[in-house]
Amino acid sequence: MTSTILDMRTITKTFPGVKALQDVSLEVQRGQVHAICGENGAGKSTLMKVLSGVYPSGSFDGDIYFEDKLCEFKDIKSSEAAGIVIIHQELALSPYLSIAENIFLGNEISTRGFVDWNKTNLEASKLLARVGLNDHPTTKVADLGVGKQQLVEIAKALSKQVKLLILDEPTAALNDGDSANLLNLIKHFQQQGITSIMISHKLNEIKAVADKVTIIRDGRTIETLDMHADDISEERIIKGMVGRDLDNRYPEHTPRIGAELLRVEDWTVHHPVDQSRQVVKGVSLAVHAGEIVGIAGLMGAGRTELAMSIFGHSYGAKISGRVYKEGVEIQTNSVAAAIRHGIAYATEDRKRYGLNLLDNIMRNVSGAALQKLSRWGWVDGNRERLVADGFRKSMNIKAPNVAAVTGKLSGGNQQKVVLSKWMFADPDVLILDEPTRGIDVGAKYEIYTIINKLADEGKGIVVISSELPELLGICDRIYTLAEGRITADVPRESATAEHLMQFMTQAKDQDAE
Amino acid sequence: MTALSSALQYLTGQLRQIGLFIALIVIIIFFQITTNGITLAPINVSNLIVQNSYILILAVGMVMVIIAGHIDLSVGSVVAFVGAMAGVMITQWHMPWWLAIIACLILGAVVGMWQGFWIAYFGIPSFIVTLAGMLTFRGLTQIALQNQQISPFPDEFRALGSGFLPDLGGGASLLEPLTVIIGVLATAAMVYADIRGRASRRKHFLEDEPFPWFLLKLVFTSALVLLITYLLASYRGTPIVLIVMGVLMVGYSAVMANSVWGRHIYAIGGNAHAAELSGVNTRRVSFTLFINMGVLSALAGLVFTAQLNLANPKAGDGFELDAIAAVFIGGAAVTGGIGTVVGAIIGGLIIGILNNGMSILGVGTEYQQLIKGLVLLAAVAFDVFNKRRAKAATK
Repeated sequence: MTSTILDMRTITKTFPGVKALQDVSLEVQRGQVHAICGENGAGKSTLMKVLSGVYPSGSFDGDIYFEDKLCEFKDIKSSEAAGIVIIHQELALSPYLSIAENIFLGNEISTRGFVDWNKTNLEASKLLARVGLNDHPTTKVADLGVGKQQLVEIAKALSKQVKLLILDEPTAALNDGDSANLLNLIKHFQQQGITSIMISHKLNEIKAVADKVTIIRDGRTIETLDMHADDISEERIIKGMVGRDLDNRYPEHTPRIGAELLRVEDWTVHHPVDQSRQVVKGVSLAVHAGEIVGIAGLMGAGRTELAMSIFGHSYGAKISGRVYKEGVEIQTNSVAAAIRHGIAYATEDRKRYGLNLLDNIMRNVSGAALQKLSRWGWVDGNRERLVADGFRKSMNIKAPNVAAVTGKLSGGNQQKVVLSKWMFADPDVLILDEPTRGIDVGAKYEIYTIINKLADEGKGIVVISSELPELLGICDRIYTLAEGRITADVPRESATAEHLMQFMTQAKDQDAE
Repeated sequence: MTALSSALQYLTGQLRQIGLFIALIVIIIFFQITTNGITLAPINVSNLIVQNSYILILAVGMVMVIIAGHIDLSVGSVVAFVGAMAGVMITQWHMPWWLAIIACLILGAVVGMWQGFWIAYFGIPSFIVTLAGMLTFRGLTQIALQNQQISPFPDEFRALGSGFLPDLGGGASLLEPLTVIIGVLATAAMVYADIRGRASRRKHFLEDEPFPWFLLKLVFTSALVLLITYLLASYRGTPIVLIVMGVLMVGYSAVMANSVWGRHIYAIGGNAHAAELSGVNTRRVSFTLFINMGVLSALAGLVFTAQLNLANPKAGDGFELDAIAAVFIGGAAVTGGIGTVVGAIIGGLIIGILNNGMSILGVGTEYQQLIKGLVLLAAVAFDVFNKRRAKAATK
């Protein structure tokens, strides 16, 4: 047996129109903790899906050797049989079943078709002891916090005789105590000979537990660093993550910044289910007329949560803080109130939260401001058609007419419909959450131009984006958000990707600095 | 793209609507032949309209509820409850008939508020709330009637269910003049509205309906209305309840297409999250929707009671299922967001004609149930099949 447990060679995975992975190679040593890091959308999760058989053998190019054998996994079951178990960021537990039932779900301990409950619970409690969970195996998963649920997932992985454990952003949903606990557990498994691959954004965690780190950028492996051999600093990793050229993908724009439009002070939001956890922690920010403000943050930093809680408390619980509009304090506790005060929010998930995909362009465009088109509760159909058609033309929405159903449009055109909806509502402050996600380069440029135009009209624009180059390309000022806190407020002139990434990956213990 | 292929593409897009119409016509022709012409005999057409009126009224309310992604299982019991209360008000409390009608409609609104409160503001799924309503209102019916029947009702009240508009010809003319006037005016109004609508859509380059198809549809629907006019005029004239239904159909079609409230109903059913994030007060819309359903159930209850001239503790049993079936046969989506008032009415007519035709043929109720069940299944299966094919085509 060699010391290499996993060797993925020249993996290339193509989706229609996109090369998600290109010649990616990954070598993991037995008994090590191997971290994978990269920006959102760099291809980390795709690589893990290739490894775990979510994308079956044949749907990608390249070879996977696990324990020196060439593997062709058809599905997750076959990779699990080999000893590779992946724990996804979104936990896949059935909330109303007990811990023991969840651990052995699909893998029940039974005799002649009947579950042997005594043995199930006994085995479960042994596994729970290994992950350091004291709860009784018959406890319902719904009664556990997220941290403990994660441990149940890991216990489930152990029940499958895991040799290689893959953890996708394991601490993203955890509080600090649970995170530290989990990292200790990973170290502990390492002593028992279990190899782990950990996808993480949090550089301090990587520094704490990882033996090696592989950096992926734009679907390619950039480098693999040995955390012991060289003295690897966080800056060194960041450089690998962001080091890419900024070409001319952004329209020229000279801002004309005016008076303050919106100010948020000391904004704190708790998780709607796990109300003990703060998702947004004492955030203060301001937006001026004609200004494009960016919010940079990694997955789980609380960007969307911040925006949606400001927009009519549509996310979160126990929200506290103050919102000022042109210096006057306002209440935004319903979406209608937020819209009335001139705040709009275009969602990052347009299919789930942005559009009625069953209905046509016209009715989606008019949806947020029907009162502008109606009298005594009746909509003026002709004017509505004219308005929608105006947006179709000015926004260059590619559809034969405004009666086209939005569900059949491309992502870029759907996004233009969402933008049209909010432009028609005519807000003063427009919050755009991932405005170019899943959109091709040409359409992105068009959307940047529209954003610039809106700023020139004197609106305040907030752009939330995972893509640093995008923020650097269009924003006048950028806030960085890490674990629910604003860690920096950087003007465009002094912003660089490295600089921002440093603040985005800044963990709590560094706040004091 | 050639004109022909674009026309064909348009028609395949309208397959569901065309299918519904063709199904209706095929069923009518089938029964017309097998019943030796009884189906389209003037007296039978008149009866068909009158006897299906309450299901059609319920279907109008139900399609709106289903478009919003809800369901209402209580309508049959509410029909019975309102009928019972109408009986109590008129015969025991000696209320004038018109006051009883108003009171019953208000009662329907209160019933809707009760159910709407639990659904919209308390967050209990409508299936559960209205299942509970189905039981509670049936119980209240029996309490109100003390398990007795109430009969008879005054003639003015009965006219709502089985009366006709006055015969202007004094019974002497071959065709009843008032019905002819109403029929011709209705046809003219329909043709005018269609042509104007098309012109306005063309002005904004929204029209993709091929002209021959538009013409064919217009001629067909006009002929249908005129045929019904002719048949009714050669019997006893226009049933009062037909006027009620006509007003409901036109009124609610307009509400669903052009009112802010109607738009919000579609928006909630299509994507509740998106509607909420667009500032739609989804709770208030759901609440008012159930009030509306309550009022329409009360109206159906009044019509039904008036028609039978009897308030009966067992009245309205299974009406909810007929109304729901009508809505789905009429092309509404189970997940909400899609459906039309006219579709629901055609769906209701298909069920009504099936019932009527099979009864004339002497088919036993057991087979009637069987056949209706299969028709419902076939209609929805056709929808699902269509959707899957459309999806495959866009890939």
